[in-house]
Amino acid sequence: MLNINNLHTAIGDKEILKGLSLKINAGEIHAIMGPNGAGKSTLTYTLGGRPGYEVTSGAVEFDGQDLLALAPHERAAAGLFLGFQYPVEIPGVSNVQFLREALNAQRKLRGEAPLSGGEFLKVARAQADAMGMNMDMLKRPVNVGFSGGEKKRNEMVQMGILDPKLAILDETDSGLDIDALRVVGEGINRVMRKPDKAVLLITHYQRLLDYVQPDFVHVLAAGRIVKSGGPELALELEREGYAEIAA
Amino acid sequence: MTLPTRRDEAWRYADIDAVARLWPLAAPTRINVAAGDAAARHLIVDAAQGATEIRQFAINLDKGAKFDFHVLALGGAYGRIELDVILHEGADFNLGGVILGNDDQILEIVTTVNHVEPGATSNQTIRAVMADKATGTYLGKVAVARGAQHTDSVQSFKAMLLGRAATANAKPELEIYADDVKCAHGAAIGELDAMGLFYLESRGLTPADAKRLMLQAFVAGVFDGAEAEEALQAAALAKLGELV
Repeated sequence: MLNINNLHTAIGDKEILKGLSLKINAGEIHAIMGPNGAGKSTLTYTLGGRPGYEVTSGAVEFDGQDLLALAPHERAAAGLFLGFQYPVEIPGVSNVQFLREALNAQRKLRGEAPLSGGEFLKVARAQADAMGMNMDMLKRPVNVGFSGGEKKRNEMVQMGILDPKLAILDETDSGLDIDALRVVGEGINRVMRKPDKAVLLITHYQRLLDYVQPDFVHVLAAGRIVKSGGPELALELEREGYAEIAA
Repeated sequence: MTLPTRRDEAWRYADIDAVARLWPLAAPTRINVAAGDAAARHLIVDAAQGATEIRQFAINLDKGAKFDFHVLALGGAYGRIELDVILHEGADFNLGGVILGNDDQILEIVTTVNHVEPGATSNQTIRAVMADKATGTYLGKVAVARGAQHTDSVQSFKAMLLGRAATANAKPELEIYADDVKCAHGAAIGELDAMGLFYLESRGLTPADAKRLMLQAFVAGVFDGAEAEEALQAAALAKLGELV
């Protein structure tokens, strides 16, 4: 589904990703762990197409397409979802309006008919219910006045509504208490653990992986993947620290 | 009446050549709200491309009167909305204004609000979105007469610039001769938040739709509860579609 080959990304003059390669097949959940400054968020933003993250060499293929040739909104329509580490507050724009426009924009690019207001609300309500978020919150301006946990929950509701093929979740577990962590973990499993979907979890800690069992764990250090393994690798990292493993 | 020049504070950013073509101007439209009455009006300045439109109003609010005015300036090469407001005791004046310009448009809202007696309130909220080489201007003068105690006056201007050549001018001016008053003013000029745009685009909105949605949010609140709210919002939205 996703094939990253020898990816180099620079922000300004500074090279952050230095030859990162990773292959994710449909039905798989991968976790990338790594110390601060390893390039975890840069990987997320590069795959999402954030302006300023310049790919200097390498290739990324997503579902048979050249991902790097697509604009951010085209990547979304192709089935990519980014879960933001810091979901952005957008005063005055209601969640519901924004998500309906976003979903219908994706559907249009895919040649599908738009959802009516009623059809959309039905989908939105089901996803909000599943994440324990009430519809009043979904009608409020995007993330404005939400706590850290509510913002992450909102990301998961958005993921459920947009129903992507591949979700890249950047530190979705940060800022969550234990209960919220469980809800978010269950949300990821419910929406994304399917044979035709895949997830890339980016995290500092093992704790989210207690709820979302990864098939593969990778260690990112200094802009490259330095070690890969099964779920046991995450436990090993937790026990021994990055310094030992990444060395 | 002599033609104003750019040395006149109230005409500093005007297109004087355009003004000259309309000179002398017709007498201002008079609006009088009688004591204890409430009234609401709206105005959309939507002159044809290349045309000039100047709309002047002389507004008088008698004791305890209330007046809500919502204005939208979006058409013409040069468009100007000018209000001269007199507030008697306990009167309440609310202005919600939106300026949306592109190309070489020069659009302005110029107000003088005179608190001549005690206890009147005035509230002015202006939002501007300027693209290309357009210029949007808000000149807001509040004059509080001697003895107009307990005046409560608020002015808020915010502008969003969509291009490097776009301009916004804001000048609040307070002239206060009473000592027990509240007069607040604020002005901010900025550009769309890049991270917010990327967030919206990452969910599937095209860059133009992401901008339009954020700009819509920026101006929408001004017309909440306005007379002809739907017409104002629709006209604003259509123009925003041209700006992004």
